[in-house]
Amino acid sequence: MEINTFEQLKDECISKNKKIYEIAQENMAIGSDISVEQVRAFANRSLFAMKEAIEIGMNSRELSMSGMCGQDCYKLQKYYKTARPMFGSVFEKIIEYALATSEENIRMGKIVACPTAGSCGILPSTIVAVSEEYNYSESEQINAVITAGEIGRIISIKVALAGAVAGCQAECGTAAAMSAAAICQLRGGNISQVLNAMALAMKNILGLTCDPVAGLVEVPCVKRNPFMAVHSITAVEMALAGIESKIPPDEVIDAMEQTGALMSPTLKESSQAGLATTPSAMRVQKEIFG
Amino acid sequence: MKKTTLFDIISPVMIGPSSSHTAGAVRLGLLARNIYKNKPNKIIFRLYNSYAHTGKGHGTEKGLLAGVLGLSVDDRRIKDVFESDIAKTVEYEFEYADNFKRHPNAVDITFLGENKMIIQGDSVGAGEIAIRKINDFNVKLTGKFNTILLVYKDMPGIISQVSSVLQYHNLNIAFLNCDRNAKGQQASMVIGIDGAISSEILEIIQEIPEVYFVSYIEKLEN
Repeated sequence: MEINTFEQLKDECISKNKKIYEIAQENMAIGSDISVEQVRAFANRSLFAMKEAIEIGMNSRELSMSGMCGQDCYKLQKYYKTARPMFGSVFEKIIEYALATSEENIRMGKIVACPTAGSCGILPSTIVAVSEEYNYSESEQINAVITAGEIGRIISIKVALAGAVAGCQAECGTAAAMSAAAICQLRGGNISQVLNAMALAMKNILGLTCDPVAGLVEVPCVKRNPFMAVHSITAVEMALAGIESKIPPDEVIDAMEQTGALMSPTLKESSQAGLATTPSAMRVQKEIFG
Repeated sequence: MKKTTLFDIISPVMIGPSSSHTAGAVRLGLLARNIYKNKPNKIIFRLYNSYAHTGKGHGTEKGLLAGVLGLSVDDRRIKDVFESDIAKTVEYEFEYADNFKRHPNAVDITFLGENKMIIQGDSVGAGEIAIRKINDFNVKLTGKFNTILLVYKDMPGIISQVSSVLQYHNLNIAFLNCDRNAKGQQASMVIGIDGAISSEILEIIQEIPEVYFVSYIEKLEN
């Protein structure tokens, strides 16, 4: 069955007594005329590339082409050599891994666009950090990646996942929603909890604009990745506790679509307002592009 | 239009920082390379609008050159492609222009060599691309299908002759676009095919007297 909404996904999971990733990988296999094993191998290749980006990013201090970013992950790691992370080591890892990946992106390293390059640090940071902390197997991690992919796919049916179309809520917001669902899946959440985690994460970033300084995927994008990664964990904890989004998942996405449409074009990846036109941003832009 | 799949959301594995300005640029270069096929003496890249203004910060120039040289979107050599040995095998230059009639992320890639070819393309978002024009002919190539490009004399029956050849070889047409200079003059046909096509089939099409030129453009891997 073709699934276009979260309601349909939930019904399908319940009627077949299957998890989201099971439904998703079966449908992907049928739609592309490949085996479920091939779908999982594809997800595993992405997972491998996510881990590689984290590892390389954690060990680099190279600046981006503009010189604006590239050493924040290093600063964080240096800080944690003596300081204790307030919320434990998994928190430390999430924000380090998210920064490591985003910084790899802006120094022209190899990353996985999930869903976009600008939001590439969110999903990998949570999956890898949480899996390291709680010893989830590779197979469980692949389940999480596929769960995230299915969430992103359904969102993208209503809203193009591009800052130019619906602002950053469609990019980092979608990545946070994907991450929330993936981690809730890893932590053993049921279908209702996974979808509530998704909805809670998305609901609480609605309206997020895309106003990058000098039009580059750097400020505020790089640091926004660790923020959104941590944000997604809040949604997971609430959902696992049984807290529900009063607005159902599909209606949250409708609201996101509407908010994106109403958002001024000056705040949708055009760098004509917001952070992008602050005096400091204008100064930076002049320095970079003359 | 092709729907977004699960795979689209958790890929591509790519060199950053931007799917449209980096990965899209590589893919435009790769598809242009597949279209031109020959070894050029010189390549001129003309970047428009956002590509021209913010390309430098996104590695757009590096991506375009890397693609034309055959590097895929996840090749780590993209970052230092200007200093690489493969870049020394060809002369290239970049030009920058504003043109509100063109897409925000548009480029003209001009190949100079045995034959001259100007290929116009856009990076339309999320790494997706479209080649809009080859020399004087309007086309639409996205790199998602193996494609046959042919130039022929505009007259009744040519489309039918070509599609008969494909039908005879059990090949399914995914899409078909035609364009012409003027009635009875040169026309172009772009045919997207499910599956692959052999050189034998291309030779049969080439034998149709009104067909001046046939080329096979392979789809992009990712």
